Amino acid sequence: MQVPILKQGPYLIASIQSALSDEDLVQLRDALVAQVGKLRSRGVIVDVTVLDVMDSFATRTLCDIAHMIRLRGAEMVIVGIQPEVAFALVRLGLKLEGVSTALDLEEGILYLDRKMIDSGKEMSIRER
Amino acid sequence: MRKLSLAPSVSPSSAHELLRELVAHLQQNRTLLREEWARRITEAKLLTAMSKDEIFAEATAVYDNYVEALESGTFEALQAYARNLSERIIPRGVETHEVIGIVLLLRDVLARSLFAKYQNNFAQLNRILDAYEPAVNRISNTVAVGFVQERERVIREQQEAIRVLSTPVLQVRERLLILPIIGVIDPQRARQLTEQLLRGIRTNRAKVVVIDITGVPVMDANVANHLVQTVEATRLLGATVIITGLSPEIAQTLVTIGVDLSKMYTVGDLQGGIEEAERLLGYKVTPMGENSHSA
Repeated sequence: MQVPILKQGPYLIASIQSALSDEDLVQLRDALVAQVGKLRSRGVIVDVTVLDVMDSFATRTLCDIAHMIRLRGAEMVIVGIQPEVAFALVRLGLKLEGVSTALDLEEGILYLDRKMIDSGKEMSIRER
Repeated sequence: MRKLSLAPSVSPSSAHELLRELVAHLQQNRTLLREEWARRITEAKLLTAMSKDEIFAEATAVYDNYVEALESGTFEALQAYARNLSERIIPRGVETHEVIGIVLLLRDVLARSLFAKYQNNFAQLNRILDAYEPAVNRISNTVAVGFVQERERVIREQQEAIRVLSTPVLQVRERLLILPIIGVIDPQRARQLTEQLLRGIRTNRAKVVVIDITGVPVMDANVANHLVQTVEATRLLGATVIITGLSPEIAQTLVTIGVDLSKMYTVGDLQGGIEEAERLLGYKVTPMGENSHSA
């Protein structure tokens, strides 16, 4: 199943709706990396609230996406990791190192807003 | 009804006869044997937690149940009584060796009275013992097992109570949780702690968590690693953990066994931890007086 990618102001929101196969994940990766440049987005939010299992491939792909997004000049944050999933990941040694995380969508947006303010990029185009 | 197992040399009907003879003997000498038993219990310094009268009362009840079990060959009543007795005496600190001790004493007292009665008829004594031994062993077993089972039940109950009480996750400010940990952390408790904390973060939408381990006396490598994992898991939920109150002993152990604590955010005491958390959340706490001056 394809993951819908929504544009919300300067951010892209990829809201995962159901369990994803490996192909779906690769597709998500390609779509996000392409869209972030096309739409000149400043940040990307990937919402994984519905996932009650995350395997090593999913985790690695999300890590890859985060690093690719950074190379494309934006920030990524993963939101909505379930408590059980979080602990399972840590136990398996999949720590999502270098990837930002937030509790839910709202927190994710707040986090990106703050990042934008810190880096002075906030709404620079729009305000001028 | 379960028939008593008997030595092969004795035919069932005569075994039954023998048992009946035995029971009759025990009933006739009830008072005497009971007193003798109670005396031996006191002499052996068993059941020291109970008074003499109590010992005698319990001895009477046990004796009657004992004879009844011998007579009927069923153990349900005795089992129920043993459980009931255990329930009453466990809270008073009666030990397993005491219970087994008194049962064995009764066995001894009764056997001696049988020896005395049949001392002139060795063949008959042998046959009586053939009937007596298996039955009495089973009775002793029932009582001892009943006691131990009851004890284990009490222990399980207490563990459950500790489990329920042991890990409160408390909200002290909007988005700030504290988790005071008291007592030794075993792997099971550690797991439960993590579970409750992660769930608490989600339900309270917490941003910062202060884990206070002032009340934890010791920590081994397993538990320390578990703590590190918990901290990493909370990061995945977008929260920050501050650990406070690491005792000098724990600090030393952790450094000595080489647990990687570089990702841990530690502050000296709970007060410092909460102040730090407030700073992270952007709170500023000032005394009322000062506030009104500046306003």
